[in-house]
Amino acid sequence: MESLLNRYRNITVLLLVIMAQLVLLAVSAKNEQDVRFIRVWTVTAVTPVARLIEGMRGGSSGFLHNYILLHDTNEENKRLRAELDRYKMENVFLKNELNTAERAKALQVFQAHTASKTLAATIIQMGAGSNSHVVFVDRGTVSGVQRGMAVVTPDGIVGKVTAAYPTASQVLLITDTDFAAGVVTQSGGVRGTLRGLGGPQCKVDYVPLEEKVEPGEWLYTSGDDRIFPRGFRVGQVKIVRSAQPFQEILLEPSGLQRGLLEDVLILVEGVHEVIPEKAVGLQPVYIAPPPPGADAKPVETAPNPSGTEADRLRQQYQSLGNEQKHTYGDNPPGAKAPDFTRLPSPQGAGRAPATAPATSAPANAAPASGAAPNAAPLPGTKPATGAPTIVKPPSGAPSQASPGRGSVPAPPGATPVAPPAAPPVTPPAAPPATPPVAPGRGGDDATRRVNQARGGQAR
Amino acid sequence: MSYTGERMLLSSQREGQVSRFRPWAFFVAPLAAILFQVYVPIFFQFLKFLEMPLLVVVYFAIMRRNQISGLMIGALVGLAQDSLTNKPLGMYGITNTLVGYFAASVGVRLDVEHSFIRFLLGFFFFVFHQFFYWVMSRALLGLVLRFDWQGTLMSGLLNAVVGVALFHLLDKLKEPA
Repeated sequence: MESLLNRYRNITVLLLVIMAQLVLLAVSAKNEQDVRFIRVWTVTAVTPVARLIEGMRGGSSGFLHNYILLHDTNEENKRLRAELDRYKMENVFLKNELNTAERAKALQVFQAHTASKTLAATIIQMGAGSNSHVVFVDRGTVSGVQRGMAVVTPDGIVGKVTAAYPTASQVLLITDTDFAAGVVTQSGGVRGTLRGLGGPQCKVDYVPLEEKVEPGEWLYTSGDDRIFPRGFRVGQVKIVRSAQPFQEILLEPSGLQRGLLEDVLILVEGVHEVIPEKAVGLQPVYIAPPPPGADAKPVETAPNPSGTEADRLRQQYQSLGNEQKHTYGDNPPGAKAPDFTRLPSPQGAGRAPATAPATSAPANAAPASGAAPNAAPLPGTKPATGAPTIVKPPSGAPSQASPGRGSVPAPPGATPVAPPAAPPVTPPAAPPATPPVAPGRGGDDATRRVNQARGGQAR
Repeated sequence: MSYTGERMLLSSQREGQVSRFRPWAFFVAPLAAILFQVYVPIFFQFLKFLEMPLLVVVYFAIMRRNQISGLMIGALVGLAQDSLTNKPLGMYGITNTLVGYFAASVGVRLDVEHSFIRFLLGFFFFVFHQFFYWVMSRALLGLVLRFDWQGTLMSGLLNAVVGVALFHLLDKLKEPA
């Protein structure tokens, strides 16, 4: 028996183990309840190790991840800072380029509009002394620059050339104490001498006390100094004080209002220009009085006295349509057309139609002599009295730069002003024979021929 | 004692040498295999096909050349696996017990130091393990499962390859002669 067990020991153990596990399996499968202690032992044995490994893994990976992340963050931070610096530099560069382009455009416009021959120059360096208001430009005698030439910008004068070298020139700014130039006020024509004060402002010397100069007034070069041509802007008066023996006038030079200059214009050949006067738009405008009896019908209904033959014909057809209760362009298909045979004969085409308001011709008449002008009427209203009207523009109306070049524009909202005393259009005494006027193209042709005939007669 | 690759079968049981391991190796290696089985696939899903506990059972069984030792290792590792599953206790236990027993029986006759033998044993016992588990699931638990032959064979090949490398690694745990 013992030998038998020894001989089949292995298989016996195997069978026992399997049987035991089968029982275990059967119990747990049938009752759906495990032998809990086996699972507890296993979980207790495995879980701490797994937790330890997980902790090690998480810590190490977290450390490595953070280290790499921080390392990358530092690198990225450096890269972004470098990029930001580069963009800042690029931004400054582009802004400078934009400013340069704007200045170049302004200079170009100024060059095109000024009569003087100018030479564009760029300021390349400042004066060495801290108190010296001197700059150097990149144009010299090679470019035709000479000592004593004026230096300006579209905003105003800047200085004058005090030394010309072959490739560069020294410009004395108007803020320097050694600078002087003749100036004149815009409105009163008061003359004085502009001098630098070493600061941002300049003063105007030798203005007598009896001369009237007010703050805000513009000063222009007078041309007396033979350096700056007449008519270039200098600056605006800021302070006016009474002093002895002359007034103390301080101004801000307009040519240096934008700070450090870069591009200037050297007046190679200066031409005197006209100093713009005050706006003529502030002057009163004469308005003719309304015609007598104009109260009955509003002026708006009067035909345009300066109308053409076409306007008159159009009014004829309009009147004809009104008589026959026909509205042009608003009839159903098949509607009856107006009877155009009732139109007046071509001989009467030049005359005013019978239905035309009687006030049309007198509206063009000259105002009665001796009539006193009235105050400006309310905007949008028509003068109803027989007196002429003086229309004043509003105080904020834009000023006219150069008087005499054109008519004064009517202020916004003001009453339309009738042209002064235009002679009424009268038909010729004996118009040439013309074919009868018919509506449509034929009628237009006939009217054209009538006009041509009248034109020939007038010539 | 060294074996050449030309001689895979042993002429007698005496030629086989019983490997001896440090005691802690019987505890650490299966525990590491079980940890690998339950832990690594969390991060590497593609490693789920590996049956590391089975490979450890096969290794110790064939190296110990003792059937009782093999079946005991198989039973313990299998029960440990069962404890970490939602299945009734004994499924992996019985399977691994049989694997351990047969692996130890085969290891007596084969040159288990040979890599190819190890590869074949790894492949065979993996397929046997999967098949027997499927049979037990159907027979004992009444589960209607489909046996995936292709997947099983492919996984068997991969496990065999990994098993060869693992066996070489576990050889380091042997006590020097």
